[in-house]
Amino acid sequence: MIVQTQYVRFDSLSLDCGATLSPVDVAYETYGELNRERTNAILILHALSGDAHAAGISHETGKPGWWDNMIGPGKGFDTDKYFVICSNVLGGCRGTTGPSSINPATGCPYALSFPVITIGDMVRLQNMLIDYLGIERLLAVAGGSMGGMQALQWTVAYPDKVAAAIPIATTARHSPQQIAFNEVGRQAIMADPDWNGGNYYGRRPPARGLALARMIGHITYMSDESMREKFGRRLRDKDRYGFDFSVDFEVESYLHYRGAQFVDRFDANSYLYITKAMDYFDLTNGSASLASVLEKTQARFLVISFTSDWLYPSYQSLEIVNALRSRNRDVAYCELNSNYGHDAFLVEVGEQTEIVRGFLARTFERLR
Amino acid sequence: MSTAVETRRGPFVREILGRSDYAIISELVEPGTKVLDLGCGDGELLEWLVEHKGVEARGIEINSVKVQRAIARGVSVYQGDIDEGLADYPDHAFDYVILSQTLQETRRPLKVLREMLRVGKRAIVAFPNFGHWKVRLAHLFTGRAPKTKLFPYEWYDSPNIHFLTVLDFEDLARQEGWTIERRIFLAGRHTGRLLPNLMAEIAVYLIRSNTARQAGSAR
Repeated sequence: MIVQTQYVRFDSLSLDCGATLSPVDVAYETYGELNRERTNAILILHALSGDAHAAGISHETGKPGWWDNMIGPGKGFDTDKYFVICSNVLGGCRGTTGPSSINPATGCPYALSFPVITIGDMVRLQNMLIDYLGIERLLAVAGGSMGGMQALQWTVAYPDKVAAAIPIATTARHSPQQIAFNEVGRQAIMADPDWNGGNYYGRRPPARGLALARMIGHITYMSDESMREKFGRRLRDKDRYGFDFSVDFEVESYLHYRGAQFVDRFDANSYLYITKAMDYFDLTNGSASLASVLEKTQARFLVISFTSDWLYPSYQSLEIVNALRSRNRDVAYCELNSNYGHDAFLVEVGEQTEIVRGFLARTFERLR
Repeated sequence: MSTAVETRRGPFVREILGRSDYAIISELVEPGTKVLDLGCGDGELLEWLVEHKGVEARGIEINSVKVQRAIARGVSVYQGDIDEGLADYPDHAFDYVILSQTLQETRRPLKVLREMLRVGKRAIVAFPNFGHWKVRLAHLFTGRAPKTKLFPYEWYDSPNIHFLTVLDFEDLARQEGWTIERRIFLAGRHTGRLLPNLMAEIAVYLIRSNTARQAGSAR
């Protein structure tokens, strides 16, 4: 399946912070066919570093999408049955307007003049895309991690436009620990002299800071067990310790590689803005309780967590599930066994495929 | 595809589902109602109720693999513990709360039963009858913890931690003031009314708490 990213421009978008952004570009991809009744559309929502290229082989890069193992013909999100959409989030750097985009008022990149955005803003923009595509109601919204936050936000912001939601390895609000890790990542970027107050476009980007942020991120995405299995204490290209501060261990080499690789494809300012949006995320948003917020939702829910995910632990999924149950909402919940930590939502394909397929099939059948 | 559906719509539910208490339970449940099945396993009964009685189905199951299978069937199952798992549901959220052959495995059966009658307008409880004559004989003649077809486990690895009989349950219902609307006794695949405490292998009760009636229950 060769796919091509498409683009659409909207006149303006009003943001939670009070500012208005105009115009706003959205990069998106679609897979499968929209049926005549327009009832089979599924919106896939990506995590912190994802993009619109969720599935298939990119026409431009030749690379598979970030969730290609879950989306495609006969897969969990079966593109023979469903019309699947994925767009790059607001604030991103992969085609949708973000801090690296040109501000039409100045002709220069926004950099830190880009307004601070929220998960709610991201979802509002996605809703404009859905309207543009002529879809009145989505069969499902689905995503892991920050994608799960957007899925939850969808069910609350547009309750009558979502038949089902699949929030995976996520939370209804960022915990102090999650905020803390994000803040360390941001500080790593901002401590890099090349960051230069966010004004580095056209010159050397804060590669060391961004790579460090990504290294910290990767530690939180794995588990103690998956790191032991993957690296152990194995040394990298040597038989004994170097007695210096070059790379000794496999795990160090892996983190360096991941950090360096990330710098080539991600914008440091986008990292700041998107992690901030995650930290601000709190579905209760001043309401008395999560239950009273979720009471308004009309979607069926499938909530999934993973046993070894310590970044988005199961108790956070259970908060969502129990709030839904207390309002007698239709919710299925499963904690899947995995050693992969938070990465599990991208890696554990087999079990997720079965439950997602069954859940979607029943939802689709009920719409008829 | 259509053949499979035809087969599943055979005349006797018990033939289809295999487990005789399932058959009875599915006959007790009114169409179009809201049902919660505790310890629902892989959701077989709930799926049947959805497809044939148009119920709105929910389940609770502790075993992750069974939960996955249930969700894969399209049934909304929550992975959790029956002993704790009911607390979050509001009062009278369901028309029926079903507990099929799991009562004897719960840590606090009375608490579970009371919770069932709080979150459900009615409860359907099926349990293996420890008063069955084979159990009594096994105990009498072997002088050991009885092992029978219904209680096949060694004492040290049995999931059953409470043993109750038909009479025990009737006593409890009286003590708690529950109204017993239906009682069905099964031996093999047959129902019978004769000497149930001695003859029944499995007892199925449809009960309702009297407070529910005062609150103006639908039926």
